[in-house]
Amino acid sequence: MDLADLYRDVIVDHNRSPRNFGVLEQADRTAEGFNPLCGDALTVYLELDGDRIRKAGFEGQGCAISVASASLMTEELAGLPIEECRELFARVHNMLTSDEVAEDVTSLGKLAALQGVRAYPSRVKCASLCWHTVMAALDKQSTPVSTE
Amino acid sequence: MSVHTPLVESDAARDLTGLRADFPALAQQVNGHPLIYLDSAATSQKPACVIDAIAEYYRKDNANVHRGVHELSERATRAYEGARDRLQRFIGAPSRREIVFTRGTTDAINLVAQSFVRPRIKPGDEILISGLEHHSNIVPWQLVCEQTGAKLRVATLDDRGDVPLEAVTALLSDRTRILAVSHVSNALGTVNPVREMIAAARDRNVPVLLDGAQALPHMPVDVKALDCDFYALSAHKMFGPTGVGALYGREALLAEMPPYQGGGDMISMVSFEETRYNELPYKFEAGTPNIAGVVGFGRAIEYLEAIGMAAISEYEHALLEYALDVLAEVPGLRFIGRPGHRAGVVSFVLDGIHPHDLGTIVNAEGIAIRTGHHCAMPVMSHFKVPATARASLALYNNREDIRRLASALVRAREVLA
Repeated sequence: MDLADLYRDVIVDHNRSPRNFGVLEQADRTAEGFNPLCGDALTVYLELDGDRIRKAGFEGQGCAISVASASLMTEELAGLPIEECRELFARVHNMLTSDEVAEDVTSLGKLAALQGVRAYPSRVKCASLCWHTVMAALDKQSTPVSTE
Repeated sequence: MSVHTPLVESDAARDLTGLRADFPALAQQVNGHPLIYLDSAATSQKPACVIDAIAEYYRKDNANVHRGVHELSERATRAYEGARDRLQRFIGAPSRREIVFTRGTTDAINLVAQSFVRPRIKPGDEILISGLEHHSNIVPWQLVCEQTGAKLRVATLDDRGDVPLEAVTALLSDRTRILAVSHVSNALGTVNPVREMIAAARDRNVPVLLDGAQALPHMPVDVKALDCDFYALSAHKMFGPTGVGALYGREALLAEMPPYQGGGDMISMVSFEETRYNELPYKFEAGTPNIAGVVGFGRAIEYLEAIGMAAISEYEHALLEYALDVLAEVPGLRFIGRPGHRAGVVSFVLDGIHPHDLGTIVNAEGIAIRTGHHCAMPVMSHFKVPATARASLALYNNREDIRRLASALVRAREVLA
């Protein structure tokens, strides 16, 4: 078990200095996510421009994996059409959970830094919470997302 | 069980570290390191004698209890009832009729909530618990409140993580139908002043349930001396198997209570018009019980008796003091809760590292600690943390375990730096 495969430099960096961290006052959509097992809680903010995400932000508290995952996600979502956002979610989810050797994760860019999470089943929810929360925001779900 | 020669350590606590060899699971490598198990408050490891007792039961004696006239059923019944006698003596219960086997502490508390409190509580009446409680001593009472219109009152803990006696006495009233508190907190290790709490409740004729899940592995417990009405416990926290526990209940109260569940073994006569219930304690043991589990539980108690709970308590107390000293030296470490009287548990956070990451990082060095809210979310809220890291001790831990944890914590900071 090599910790460096989980806590890659990109993840350590995004945990230490999360990008797009803070409330987006002009957000068109927001949703809350909660992981009752570890107490992680985050709010995701999305500014929309038609069928496109103009800007994404988040705030909350969590472990290094959940903070880094949310930070990386907000960078990837900026400017993305909503439909592509859903596809991206499916690909990230696959990378985090699939037993099979997944598609070429290098096409996921920086998000590929999260591939080490797959070897830690108890930590998959940490990485996927922000994505589930974005889906809830896009679906205008009013109740907070819970991993349990 | 092997024979252990007591050694005298300089701090006068008997050295119990030889006992580690009795626990097969502890003799393994995890991630290339010898396992350091510091999660006994979640569940303890099992000595070989308990594992063997369960296997032997299935190999030789397996049969249903209280039913057959054949040899195996007689043996199974003897082993099952022998464990009841042993537990009765171990916790100082006056009668074997007061020992009800359950699935565990949670099951025992739910039994009291539904069979004792629910029938005698009215809208506006109160159930009193403390702010330290495990969810299993909160939610069963919330259910009764929903079912009856009663109110849940909570004696708040102070900033050290103690429940002051005054916080309890201030909330005891003529409306209080039960006081339900933990003997020892699973999240902080706080040992509650239960004797004083029980005395205060007695003054107002309020019955008392103690959640003893975290107390029994660490200290002698005598329910008669405590003078509590109910005492709930789990085998798996005290070196026995999972899925088994017990409720001690004062006989006069158990006798008045309706059965918790209906089924086989809890009846004396059934017709479609009428059913008569079995005598105590069988009235509360519906269905075929976890016989092998109870047999293993009995063997675990025998194991503890051979060592002596006073010796265990003394050894662990010295180890706990050592752990507090050593961990205090870890840069950035902050203890969560500094209770005046503590057993078995150290809860802490490390600056800049979420407990979840900490758990993963020390696991890479073969160290098992619990991270999260420890099924005590209100305790986390009180200390304004989402989670803590928790190292919990048992008789098989030693100073080297503590030193390895401390150095792993120091290195953890480098992983995320």
